[in-house]
Amino acid sequence: MHELPVTENILAIALEEAARVHASKVTAINLVVGDMASIVDDSVQFYFDFLSKDTPAAGAALNFRRVPPQLRCGECDQHFDFRMEELEQGLACPHCGGSRLEMVSGTEFYVESIDVDE
Amino acid sequence: MRVQVVREILSANDQIAQANQRLLDENGILAVNLMASPGAGKTSLILATIAATRGRARLGVIEGDLASRIDADRVAREKVPVVQINTGGGCHLDAPQVSRALESLPLEQLDILLIENVGNLVCPANFRLGAHRAVVIASVPEGDDKPFKYPGIFAGADAVVLNKTDLLPYIAFDLARFRRGLQAVNPKAPLLSLSCASGQGLPAWVDWLLGQFKPR
Repeated sequence: MHELPVTENILAIALEEAARVHASKVTAINLVVGDMASIVDDSVQFYFDFLSKDTPAAGAALNFRRVPPQLRCGECDQHFDFRMEELEQGLACPHCGGSRLEMVSGTEFYVESIDVDE
Repeated sequence: MRVQVVREILSANDQIAQANQRLLDENGILAVNLMASPGAGKTSLILATIAATRGRARLGVIEGDLASRIDADRVAREKVPVVQINTGGGCHLDAPQVSRALESLPLEQLDILLIENVGNLVCPANFRLGAHRAVVIASVPEGDDKPFKYPGIFAGADAVVLNKTDLLPYIAFDLARFRRGLQAVNPKAPLLSLSCASGQGLPAWVDWLLGQFKPR
């Protein structure tokens, strides 16, 4: 349910950045979203289409780059991706078999760039 | 034309969270964000903590709920400063709500502030409040699979409480499986098993909490 305030923030950031470079129109907003950030892409798009009407960002495409959660092995210091479904089988480091693991990514949530017309 | 931005979408919330933490620090207060699903025992743990820390630390409480003053009234009966936030349907507390609540608390008289978040294992994990520690409370009747199903909130916890252990004889709850799940998503967080009903395990929780306050 918090996709609405989140979408308001995305729109505000895009409009501020567009104004900063004196762009007339925002054509795309490129977002980075970790798989652990509990954000539903479709619902952000739905709110965005509604909120951006009558703004220079109307009709902009929202591009979501999903970042998988990544673990760091506390024994060999290597990083590796995993799928959430694998958690239950008990994870071990694919490089050294270590089990002291720490989550290092997957909660990202930021506007990486915007595409604009001058 | 592409414009590089790299701005956190929740940065407005995060900035207010930082201001909250500065205000808490100025008053020497340790704030703890308590997160759990509805009915896990957040308010019960707060009441048990108030009773167990009397004379050792001065507690204050912020209660977050969609509606009602039920929880704040329960806490107020213990003669502890409490503010109720009603989110009006919002699924989590956010930093501006906590900022307003802090204005109504006698900060100079507090050592530890317990913030009871809205009952929800998803959204509260994404909104910083300015608390110094995050604690997730799970409970035996919810099942042993919760760390696997809600990894985000467990991954961000500084400690995990497992409440209602008095029900272990009656419910098919595999403690080893729960531990395995927690180990997978957050190997660092201590697991504190306790029962607010029987009081078993509470001293370890109180020691952990007071231990977080001490070195500050």
